[in-house]
Formats: sequence, structure tokens, C-alpha cells
Amino acid sequence: MDTQLTKVSRRQFLLAGLSGGIGLTLGMSVPALAKMGEAGPGLAGTDKAGAALAPNAFVRIGNDDRVTVVAKHLEMGQGTHTGMATLVAEELDARWSQVEVIAAPADADRYNNLLWGPAQGTGGSTAIANAYEQMRQAGAAARAMLVQAAAQRWQVSTDEITVQDGMLKHDASGRRASFGELADAAAQLPVPETVELKSPERFRLIGKDVVRKDLTAKIDGSAIFTQDIERPDMLVAVVAHPPRFGAKLAGFNDNEAKKRPGVRAVVKIPSGVAVLADHYWAAQQGRSALSIQWDETAAMSIGSDEIFADYRDYLDKAGTVARNDGDADRVLAESTDVIRTDYQFPFLAHAAMEPMNCVIEQQADGSVELWYGAQIQTADQAAVAKVLGIEPPQVRINTLFAGGSFGRRANPAADYVVEAAEILKAIEGIAPVKLVWSREDDMRSGWYRPAYMHRVEAVLDQQGMPKAWRNRIVGQSIITGTPFESALIKDGVDITSVEGASNLPYAIPDLKVELHTTQLPVPIQWWRAVGSTHTAFATEVFIDELARTAEKDPVEYRRALLREHPRHLGVLDLAVKHSAWGRPLAKNRGRGVAVHESFNSFVAMVAEVTVADDGRYSVDRVDVAVDCGIAVNPDIVRAQMEGGLGFGLCAVLESEITIEDGAVVQGNFDGYTVLRSNQMPDVRVHIVPSTEAPTGVGEPGTPVIAPAVASALSSVTGKRYDKLPIRRA
Amino acid sequence: MLTLNINGQEHRIDAAPDMPLLWVIRDLVGLKGTKFGCGIAQCGSCTVLLNGVAQRACALPVSAAVGQEVTTIEGLDDKVGQAVKAAWEEIAVPQCGYCQSGQIMTATGLLTTKPNPTDKEIADMMSGNICRCCTYHRINKAVRLAADKLA
Repeated sequence: MDTQLTKVSRRQFLLAGLSGGIGLTLGMSVPALAKMGEAGPGLAGTDKAGAALAPNAFVRIGNDDRVTVVAKHLEMGQGTHTGMATLVAEELDARWSQVEVIAAPADADRYNNLLWGPAQGTGGSTAIANAYEQMRQAGAAARAMLVQAAAQRWQVSTDEITVQDGMLKHDASGRRASFGELADAAAQLPVPETVELKSPERFRLIGKDVVRKDLTAKIDGSAIFTQDIERPDMLVAVVAHPPRFGAKLAGFNDNEAKKRPGVRAVVKIPSGVAVLADHYWAAQQGRSALSIQWDETAAMSIGSDEIFADYRDYLDKAGTVARNDGDADRVLAESTDVIRTDYQFPFLAHAAMEPMNCVIEQQADGSVELWYGAQIQTADQAAVAKVLGIEPPQVRINTLFAGGSFGRRANPAADYVVEAAEILKAIEGIAPVKLVWSREDDMRSGWYRPAYMHRVEAVLDQQGMPKAWRNRIVGQSIITGTPFESALIKDGVDITSVEGASNLPYAIPDLKVELHTTQLPVPIQWWRAVGSTHTAFATEVFIDELARTAEKDPVEYRRALLREHPRHLGVLDLAVKHSAWGRPLAKNRGRGVAVHESFNSFVAMVAEVTVADDGRYSVDRVDVAVDCGIAVNPDIVRAQMEGGLGFGLCAVLESEITIEDGAVVQGNFDGYTVLRSNQMPDVRVHIVPSTEAPTGVGEPGTPVIAPAVASALSSVTGKRYDKLPIRRA
Repeated sequence: MLTLNINGQEHRIDAAPDMPLLWVIRDLVGLKGTKFGCGIAQCGSCTVLLNGVAQRACALPVSAAVGQEVTTIEGLDDKVGQAVKAAWEEIAVPQCGYCQSGQIMTATGLLTTKPNPTDKEIADMMSGNICRCCTYHRINKAVRLAADKLA
């Protein structure tokens, strides 16, 4: 079995269902400059924003000297707007202060994710990776045209012209001109067929901590999110959803609801009953006055306890093979010293700070316009078009900042966007609609990180090193039923269920990974770092257990098994070097280590914990080492490691979605508790210097913290941790 | 009709007295910097200052704000508020940014009432505000920086 399957498939997304069945995109190719598309229609139908020079879909230069970068990726906190702008500005030799960023319209012809084929979208930590050359070429093309224009105006050769900080200069004559002064002349020139990109030693912005473009607006309160959009005569909608998965609407009485001040309409939609009002509070009041009967005959009747009991039965049975080196079954069967641990992972909610929401408006020409934090614009366009009986290009999306996502807004069924469209349809488009979910709607309406169980078994050789390893995984498939199915399900194995386990880097001769894919009525979805959120824990905690059994240092143990994996070794060594690994600690304190590859990036962590007598514990300090190729913006890489591990730490300390009788127990942050500022460790991020192409940073920090903390706790208590969250050490 | 003083301006508002201050500020007055996160005073995204004290606007009936000075992120320009915002810039705190108005208002309230907090007091005082991007490491550093600059 090809252990690189995960890596390969990340680069081979097939989105056949999204745009009419275009074939598998093999690898990534940056389109030729001539095919990069012309300047797009811009935000909400304005044409190229009055820019004088718009040589391609990604860069515009105005007579006012302003450089506008059109960002094709959703800014949800990960810093991608800044990243896109950095790449363009680097090759353009623009002054950072003259650059601003706008979000691209939904237009997969111009703004597709090059790693996803013919679809526009943000996810899988691919933004910088797919756009690295494309954005630089876009900037370089504009630069070449400005230089050509200056050469013609000054009657000199182009190679006598230098560009620096947004100024073109001819040193011999002392002539100077700004981008804005040359934009009109440059716009008359043909777009170059090819451009030469800078070699890394000439970078002035890439690799530097340039200031985030969205920083000030996110400090002074002026940043606009979906929640902040107002349209003339807009109504705010809230929806009453079924309380249990699989329940349906039987009937409702809205007499009382309609009497509430500000309530304008109550409509039935496929996902429930929508109340439309002048503002959110009125809509909420109206919803609570509804009397609804639910048909629960087909409703889910089991809960988390029954699900895990069922999963435990699967652990005893062989599953579909995801990887099979040698003959692990035989070695395990013949051994009397099998080491075995079963691991359990609950459902998890994304719980982004901004609950799901979407603004939709009917236009006179039959199209609809939307405003929200769109993450897979192409899928959303197709889904909305289907609901409204129009064509996908008639679904015009204004992508706004998202108040977090962590995967949630990349919903393959476009769930809440479709809900907004259904409401618009139900009121026949007579008013713009802002659909707003309450926190409880957001937490109880599904689309969780699936619950999983793992069984990992191993046999050690005479030296205490693993000679056989078998990892059996049980859980729902995220990919089944989505447009990603044909690319990400191979031989019955959903790659996202086994990634991180099936490409285990450790040198073990007999190694088998198996999968049982279960079916439940619980809607599930990718959650920051996807499969690695559980596979990194099961594999790394188990390796630690093997090291302890063999009475070996967990770092040395991993090193011995990673000889063929220099980038794993690189981050492991860097994290260990900066931590105080090996130095003695007080009896109630401990250190733990973990290393994991996800999204083609490599992360190692050393975590330090303190355990109190009552089992309460704190995570005090974490040394993180990351190898993500070239770090385009090191401070954003650091921020993603800090935040990514914090997000992962929520699932270690306390976050858990539990289901009882087909309904979700937790409804808000009082029940679904998350990390708070007084639980945040001191984080030190160390970046491996690299000249490799950049890879993802949004997700790879998340999965590594849980096994590092479990390892640290074990070093203090001697106990084995086989379940998340770990409420007491 | 109720009269509210928000950011030094009087607003005459037609709202039920039990309507939460958050929705009055956002949907009736039209100031959008104060955010909705949970509706039950658990996350702090809606934090505003009432006479300089940080309060959760989502669980506060508007009637309770009558006769008080309400400050939102848009009107935050006193010495402490400016220092907090400057520290937020210097440390580059925000990621998605959605919770940051509330974080900044809480930090300002903290440093107004307690000018020289310890690191532990900062982390504890800020623990009422959730950030799902988990920018806490930088939040704690930025509050420390603002406190040091004000001292």
C-alpha cells in the first residue's frame, strides 16, 4: 500500500460534483500568465474598482498609487489575506503600506484553488501552498508592465530601471515615477507571456514579519463580518430546528409568534420553521412563542454511550485494509506479549466565535447576491442555484471575514447557506434575509468532528523496538456523500479517517492499519486537522507507551524509528533542543513529546505540565517546532502554532459533544467548555529554516498538543491516557 | 422611549425594557463593533463599559443601562483604551478578530479599575472572554504591555 497516499491525495482533489464533472486534477499546475484571467468584476459588481492597471485577476493599480490585491481565499483568522498580498507585493516590489486587499468574487474560472482543480475554496491548509507561484507571477507581470512603461517614457532600456518600495527609478538620469503615475501607460502594454520570479535571497517581504492587513480593523471594531451586514428592508431570520437528529416537522402553530412585536413572517422550510423579524431579538422572541410538533418516528434514539459500545465491538473484528506491510496479523497472533490500548474520541463542535449566518438578497435580474464568510464558494453556488432553480453563476457571493471556521464554513452540503436560500424562496424573494443562528443552534445542529475509537497493538523485539503494529480505526466517514468522494475514498477507505495513521513514519516491519466505517444520522464534518485530530493521539501516545515499556527515553525511541524521515527528525530535534528536555523537574511536574506530519508540514512539541494532588493539572509551557517550508510570514506561522495548539488543547482539557437519545446535550459555552486565557500555556515557536515550497500552517499545530500533554501527564502519574478529554490526570 | 448615552451621545430608543443592551446597540443604534457570541454572558464578545466597568451586553436588559455612560469599541478613546489598542497592534493579537472588541473592552475595564495587575490577575480577569482562535498567549502579553506602558 502506498504510504504516501495522504500526501498525494491532498494534491488531487476531485470536485466532479461541483462543476459538472471535469476530470481528476493531477497535481498542481500554475496557469500560464495569459490564462490567469482578466481583472474580475470585483466586489458586488463594481468593475475593477476604477483601477488604471489590472493586468490579471489578482492585482490592480490605481492612479492614486494604491495597489489592490484580490484575495481568492477566505480570511478566517489564518492570515491568508496578508499572505496573498505579501506574495504579490514581493514580486511587484510594492511598498507594503500602499497595498490593500479585497476578497475575490465567487468565480472558479479565475479564483479556483489550484490544488482542488476547478473549484474555488479554502481549506486543507492549502492557501499559501497553491497560490505561492500564482500570486508571485501576478505581481511580477504587473511589475514588468510598469517597468516597460517607464522605459518607453524615459527612452531607456528596461534593465536600467530599478523598482523599490513602489517607486521606479532610472539612476543615471535621476528620473523617478510612482506606480500610480505609470499605471495608465502600463495598461496600454500587452501582458507579458512569461516573467522571471525572484530567487529567495532577494526576498524583502517573504520571510519577514510584515503587519497583517486586517490588524487595525480587527482592533478598532470596524472589521465587517456577516453579522454586521445591513441591507434595505432586510429581515432577520432564526430557525427552529428539530431537537433530535432525524426528526421531521409534523406541524406548527404560529398565532402567538406572529403577535410578537417586529415579527413579519413565519415560514416552513425543509430544515424547520423560520421566523422573520425586523431584528434578531424580535425574531428570537417570535421563535420562542412558536408551538411545534415534531414527527420523531425516524429520529435517532441512541446516544454517545451506545455508539461507543457498538464501536468497541468493531474493535474485535478485522476492518478494511488501509495499509499492510509484512504480516502484522501473524506476528501478533504468535506473540504472548502483545501490548494493546483502545482509544476513544468524542464528537466535537467547531464553535467558531461567530455563529453560522448568511445574508441573501434577490436581484431584479433573477440572480441572488450573498454576503457571508464563504469557504467553498463553488459548492455553495451550486447548492444555492439548485434550491432557487437558477444557474450557479447567478449566485453572486461577497466573501466577508469569517469570525472563525475551523472547517465548519467549508460545509460540503452548504447547510446553512442552503437554509438561507430556502427562506428567501419561501418568502418569494420579497426582502433580503439575514439568517442568524444562535449559539445553541450552532452547537446542536450538527456537523461535528466524528467520534472515533482506535485499537493499537504492538509486539516488541529483543531490543524493545516495535516489530509489529496493528491499528484498527472505527468511525463515520466524512467524505462519503460529498463531491470529494472519488478523490478521497480509495478501495473503501476514507483517507481522512486514517490519515496520520496509515502514513505512520516509524520504521516497523510488520504494520497494518484497518478501518471500520460506521453509519449514524449525526451530521459530521472536518474539524481543524481532520483525521490527525485522533490519529496523532492514538499513534503518538502508543509509541510513548512502547518506549516506557521498553524503558527507553521517548525522544531517543522516536529518533531510532525515524531515521528515514529527516523532516520529522528536524522538528523533533529542534523542539527538544529548545525545551529543557532531560533536565530534572519537581515530582509533580513532567514533560512529554510528540511529533506528527499533517498537510505536508511537520510539527513537534514538548509540553510541560504540573499535576496537583487532586488530579487537576495545568499545561505550563510548550516548545513547538514547525517545518512548513518557506515561512512566508513567520509571525503568522507563530500565531497559527499558538492558536492551533490552543484549539487542540480545548479537546484535551474539556471539550466534548455528547449525544443522548438522539439529541445533543451541550448547547452553549457553559456545557461545551473551551480553553480560557488562564489555561493557556507559555508557547515558544521555533521555525525550521527552509527553502522548500511553503506548506500549510492553519491545521498542523492542532493535533500534536494532545499526545504531548498525555505523554507529560504519564511521566508524572505513570498512568496511561486512552481517552479525550483528560479531565483529571 | 428610553434614553441611552452611548459613546457620549444621547440616543432616544423605542425598545422593550427587557431587550438586551447588545441588540439595542447593534440593531437599533447600528453600532456593529460589539459582537454576539453566546447570548448568555459566557463568552464576552459583547463586552461594553458601563461607567467604565466591563459588562456583558447580551444578558443586560437595556433598562439597566439607562442613566449610565455606555462605551463601545467605537467610542473607546480614553488613555487606558488607547494604550490597550496600541498594545494589541504591537503584539498583533487578532486572528479572526470576532471576539477582539470584547477582549479589548474587558482589558480596558481591568486596567481602569486595577492599574497594575500581576500576570496571574491578567490571565484570570481575561478568562471570562473566549477566543476560539486561542489568541490568549498574545492577549495576556498585550494586557501586560499596556499595563507597563500606563504605569
